[in-house]
Amino acid sequence: MKLISLVRQCAEVALAIGIAPLFAGWIAQCRAWMQNRSAPPLIQPYRMLHKLFHKDAALATDASPLFRATPYVLFGTMVLAAAIVPSIATDLPFARAADAIALIGLFATARVFTALAAMDIGTAFGTMGARREMMIGFLAEPALLMVLFNAFLLFGSTALPSLVDGYAAHRSGIDPSVIFAAVAFVMVLLAENARIPIDNPATHLELTMIHEAMLLEYSARHLALVEWASSLKLFNYACIGFALFLPWGIAIHGADGTGALLVAVAALIGKLVVAGAMLALIESVSAKLRLFRAPEYLATAFLLAVLGLLVHLLLGANTIA
Amino acid sequence: MLKSHLIAQLLKLLAAGLLLISFAMLSRRRTQRLITLYAWQGAILFLSTCLVAWDAGLTELWYSAALTLILKVVAMPWILHRLIQRLGAQWDNEPLVNIPITMLAGLVLVIFAFGLAQPITMMATTITRHTIGIALAVILLSFLMMITRRRAITQVIGFLAMENGLFFAATSATYGMPMVIELGIALDLLVAVFILGIFFFQIREQFDSLDLHHLESLRED
Repeated sequence: MKLISLVRQCAEVALAIGIAPLFAGWIAQCRAWMQNRSAPPLIQPYRMLHKLFHKDAALATDASPLFRATPYVLFGTMVLAAAIVPSIATDLPFARAADAIALIGLFATARVFTALAAMDIGTAFGTMGARREMMIGFLAEPALLMVLFNAFLLFGSTALPSLVDGYAAHRSGIDPSVIFAAVAFVMVLLAENARIPIDNPATHLELTMIHEAMLLEYSARHLALVEWASSLKLFNYACIGFALFLPWGIAIHGADGTGALLVAVAALIGKLVVAGAMLALIESVSAKLRLFRAPEYLATAFLLAVLGLLVHLLLGANTIA
Repeated sequence: MLKSHLIAQLLKLLAAGLLLISFAMLSRRRTQRLITLYAWQGAILFLSTCLVAWDAGLTELWYSAALTLILKVVAMPWILHRLIQRLGAQWDNEPLVNIPITMLAGLVLVIFAFGLAQPITMMATTITRHTIGIALAVILLSFLMMITRRRAITQVIGFLAMENGLFFAATSATYGMPMVIELGIALDLLVAVFILGIFFFQIREQFDSLDLHHLESLRED
């Protein structure tokens, strides 16, 4: 029993690592279609990673070991996060070990390391990017926590697997507060993953960069790992969203044979396809905000999440748990 | 029993959507987006009225739902779009207070509205009684929007949104108003939009702008 759940855990992490660049590629493809450009092939991110892994790494002369270690730390934290998020099954040894608040801590660790590495070299753009990233981060985290509190209130637990299990146990419709939480979550997802209203992932203009500005000094395998880690981060956020708002199809505790797992994988891929298209649509129809509008945007996300809590508490809505 | 439970669930969901749109209206800067949101609000109102009509089996409510669809989803947004295009006022309207503070004030208003609606909720017997608080919050938020915006058009949209909130309150508390009153209000709204449209042109001709703070100071000439 223990062994089988360990195998399941490994399979889930492997799937996450394998699928994450594909998800990023799918979003890029959808965006290209919606903007009437010819799209890059779906496997473009893999080609990119392949190319980068075969290059020789160049390091700045005054780079400290921190700068070297950061890509590995980033990739490691994102893999660990992928192990915690229940993307296909809930009976996972890792997922039981840490709850969603620890997960946010994990993302914060990754952010701190990126920022420190960006400042380590001492170039102006790196420092600027790091400062901007910290500003976005400190505004986005409370909003994300509030979104999670919404779900916690509904099911009386802070662990993502028990949320999914709880949802499967009481299928009694959607609570109104979920609408607010879901909108707030999408806003935070866009901000945290350097997507368009806050940051442009495809920009080449250093002055408007946030995430990219921190990676300017990385090359070859380091850059590959960082890029892979950021696509894993997007994948993890999408999976958190699915676990919170669309937990259909995930193999729940006690009913997770091979058939259920296959269904779960199919459901996950289906959800990722739809979510990727939706993200591309949101990015295509919205304009990048000025940097000083970002606090306003994230404050809106935070307030929506708080509103969700209020609606839940004051409407005396159907408590599911 | 199951059907009415499901309908109550859906109504709560729609009510939450209505509140969400009210907040979206507070946070938007562009007049065009505001009008689109107003049309969405009308659509949600139409759906919720249909649901209540279906549950209660009242023919009158079906009529009022149809009226909502024609007037608030199609006619009014179309008139407003035409109006702002003619006026060239589709772009930014600067709010008096900055947006996060407006949103915070909105949050306080929501708590206030829920507190206020608590005793009414106890008295009401309809399946939709839980949504009275939300209807009240929508009314107060529209008020807030009228207060915090400068342009005449935005204030009119706030006024229309407030009427939406009132309508929602009426359907959720007492299965709607008598048909005569509803028809009267609908006609009033339509006439109000026409008259205010004429006013917009007058204001613009006088002051070269739709900013209402020009109206606040007396000029001696």
